[in-house]
Amino acid sequence: MPDTPHRPHPAAPLTEQPHSLAAPLTPAAPHPAEAGHAPAATHTATRRHVVQGLGTGAAALALGSVATAPAAQAATNPPAHPASPTQTDTPRFFSPAEFALLSAACERIFPADAQGPGAIALGVPHFIDGQMDTPWGRGELWYMQGPHRPDAPANLGYQLPYSPQQIYKVGLAGVIAWVQQTHQAAFETLAPEVQDSILTALEQNATQFDALPAATFFEQLRSDTIEGAFADPLHGGNRHMAGWLMMGFPGARGDYMDWVDRYDTPYPYGPVSIAGETADHG
Amino acid sequence: MAEKTLPPVDVVVVGSGWAGSIMAKEMCEAGLSVVMLERGKRRSTARDGAYPSSLDELEGAVRYKLFQNPAQTTVTVRNRSDQEAVPYRRLAAFLPGAGVGGAGLHWTGVHFRAPPQDLRLRSHIIERYGRKFIPEGMNLQDYGVTYTELEPFFDKAEKVFGTSGEAYTVNGKPTGKGNVFAPDRSDDFPLPPLKDVYTAHLFRHAATEAGYHPYAMPAANASQPYTNPYGAQMGPCNFCGYCSDYACYMYAKASPNVNIMPALRRHETFTLRSNAHVLKVLLDSTGKKATGVVYQDAEGNHITQPAGLVILAAFQFHNVHLMLLSGIGKAYDPASNTGTVGRNFTYQNITNSTVWMPPTRNTDQFIGSAGGVAIDDFNSDNFDHGPLGFIGGSPLWVNQAGVKPIAGAKAATPGAPRWGSAWKKAAIDTYRHSFTINAQGSNMAYRDVYLDLDPTWRTSYGQPMLRMTFDWKDNDIRMNRYVISQLANVVKALGAQDAHYGMREPGKPFDVRDYQTTHLCGGAVMGDDPKTSALNRYLQSWDVPNVFVVGANAFPQGMGYNPTGLVAALAYWSAHHIRTQWLKGNGGPLVAL
Ligand SMILES: Cc1cc2nc3c(=O)[nH]c(=O)nc-3n(C[C@H](O)[C@H](O)[C@H](O)COP(=O)(O)OP(=O)(O)OC[C@H]3O[C@@H](n4cnc5c(N)ncnc54)[C@H](O)[C@@H]3O)c2cc1C
Ligand code: SF4
Repeated sequence: MPDTPHRPHPAAPLTEQPHSLAAPLTPAAPHPAEAGHAPAATHTATRRHVVQGLGTGAAALALGSVATAPAAQAATNPPAHPASPTQTDTPRFFSPAEFALLSAACERIFPADAQGPGAIALGVPHFIDGQMDTPWGRGELWYMQGPHRPDAPANLGYQLPYSPQQIYKVGLAGVIAWVQQTHQAAFETLAPEVQDSILTALEQNATQFDALPAATFFEQLRSDTIEGAFADPLHGGNRHMAGWLMMGFPGARGDYMDWVDRYDTPYPYGPVSIAGETADHG
Repeated sequence: MAEKTLPPVDVVVVGSGWAGSIMAKEMCEAGLSVVMLERGKRRSTARDGAYPSSLDELEGAVRYKLFQNPAQTTVTVRNRSDQEAVPYRRLAAFLPGAGVGGAGLHWTGVHFRAPPQDLRLRSHIIERYGRKFIPEGMNLQDYGVTYTELEPFFDKAEKVFGTSGEAYTVNGKPTGKGNVFAPDRSDDFPLPPLKDVYTAHLFRHAATEAGYHPYAMPAANASQPYTNPYGAQMGPCNFCGYCSDYACYMYAKASPNVNIMPALRRHETFTLRSNAHVLKVLLDSTGKKATGVVYQDAEGNHITQPAGLVILAAFQFHNVHLMLLSGIGKAYDPASNTGTVGRNFTYQNITNSTVWMPPTRNTDQFIGSAGGVAIDDFNSDNFDHGPLGFIGGSPLWVNQAGVKPIAGAKAATPGAPRWGSAWKKAAIDTYRHSFTINAQGSNMAYRDVYLDLDPTWRTSYGQPMLRMTFDWKDNDIRMNRYVISQLANVVKALGAQDAHYGMREPGKPFDVRDYQTTHLCGGAVMGDDPKTSALNRYLQSWDVPNVFVVGANAFPQGMGYNPTGLVAALAYWSAHHIRTQWLKGNGGPLVAL
């Protein structure tokens, strides 16, 4: 087999794409000046106010339920925004009873408060509902083959036979029955302090639903609630980027060339989403 | 399922990451016909790094769009030999790549050379501290190659990657900048360092005040537009903050896809086949010669690709897995301490500390790149280990690749509530006003930490899974705790309001649920002695001399730095010797037994 000496290629500039000559030197990042949407800033306070006013779990739930959602939406959303198509949707994966519990539990994990909107206003329950019908929800991104060793040490990771869909089905059915038994009521009708004590019990693994430890269900719910609050609105949560506004995250801007060394100067621009929605800091 | 045998080629390369792309390019330059087999999909920056759709934290960093899907193949893990290992069912601790470009498409780009003493760590430790300094059960070894020998290949890799950084000395001449502990270089970095983000700037000043020696981290993120020696173009990094886990829409982060593939595709003798999962290397009846590989295509057909030379570049543990499945070399047996394949499996010993600045200071963690500021005062053997009684070290750095809000909100604030209003407030405050300092430490090799085949679980291809037996050991726990104790001086100088020091806790086992790094090392290491290394100093199998195994599997122990700079240099070093010696010889061993 022949050999040739090392030498740099005299070739013309190459880019990964065979047909384009130059690498894109300027990003296509939307600039605030190009923002096509009306600023949402002035509405943040309104939204906070409305959501905060809902003192009980039942009312908080109502905000996300089919019957009252349009009214809640009118009150909480800036008129400049088109209604999110998923906002009034009935859940596709969860039954009404499951969705009622899910919504109330998400709202306690991520409550509306002085920091900003809670899980329901952010669309988190719908986000979770939507995620069930994805490869992840179906368990296609996890190794699901047996044998399963649920009693393996926790530090060796998840060992249950359940996909995310099954974690929710088993977990929600389990919590509904357990709360009915212990409180003779549906979770979503209980006072927030009582809901919190139930969630704390789940977090501390006070019971088990089939082979599903309560704590595993709680951790899945907590993790998905956070994802729904902060994922791009494209996935159905983080409505109007209110999660990002709270965190101070500029979203999919992806260009800080001019800001990287302006130390200790507040970043001035609000977030932008993948779909191009913009919002200003409240 | 059909079986088919293809016409033979000169070289088959398994894997299309950095290691595979470098080897394929070099073999094509040598005029050889090369087939590259990649189990994953075709990927490109234009599609997988498109703006703005790729800036999606859920898809990129939570659902792991660009990573290996454990449903197809994964490993089993246990801490000790007397336990049953169980499958790594959900990705978390480490994130192997899959698809064209491998993990090189979505790595971050921190790009180091190895410290010279790390390449001959056993000899160095014995010279400085004596043989007794090496604890019982630690397999401390030399690489069998020196920094001086590798220097031209470190240099070549930096030029191909378009690496940004600041030299300390070039040909012995100080530049007045850079890392005082860095070895001498034959040339400067191809590009000046990236700018410090705010948190790195704070760290730089505090570290200086504490009496340490901060430097700009070398990063394969172009600080300016750049054309590499292959003619591949890079745009400038804009600190987009989506560096780790994502493809770079600016074409600023070096990747095999941007920096090598365009030139590779120009070679008429090059063929890339994606969705081609290599099942094993085929050996002839002597077991001393590889005849090619067999792979499974997307339709489930088993295809034999005959080749004169087989290069495994499937990533550290996949390389070891393929060697075990193929019977290349003798499997390691910890009980008898014989065999080499699976021996000296190591990881990276990282812990993260959080620093909270006063609420008037926004830390802007969403800005980021692979750059940052580090100190090496406690890395490698840059400090006297004599009174400390452990081997190894750890750089300390602010390497802010961009923190997105899901990760930010999930980051646990120790002692704080985990949900509800109080948590929400803490999560938001932490995101806005804190930052992370990493201690990314070395991990030594131990007799009872190794890789072998699992007796119970199988991959979706019906093959036994690879089994990891891994735990943190006393030497490495003490190293980490010592280095973290030194961090307090920096934190004091930062004017921080609060700090949480993340450190290894004695008795707390390796936990697969927390992301650490994907810097897995060893398992088929290089060296001078076939009893303790699977590969010779040219990455050639001692046992099957037409098989070369390229990747971090070759590291005898884990170093404090990120691995890819050394992986790339070793690939160029190996390729150089294949081209200048092996191809001219009779196909036998480059190092006589
Ligand atoms: C999020 C992240 C950030 C990182 N950041 C850094 C960093 O900043 N600095 C640094 O030095 N390192 C970093 N790393 C590590 C770095 O990505 C790896 O060291 C490097 O990419 C390894 O290159 P490789 O070619 O050996 O393997 P890979 O890039 O993993 O390529 C191996 C390829 O082989 C394929 N393959 C595997 N098995 C088979 C088979 N049986 N048949 C066919 N194909 C197969 C895989 O699909 C893969 O595409 C990071 C890793 C991750 C995941
Ligand atoms: S931080 Fe820079 S190099 Fe990294 S992905 Fe963004 S633009 Fe690319």
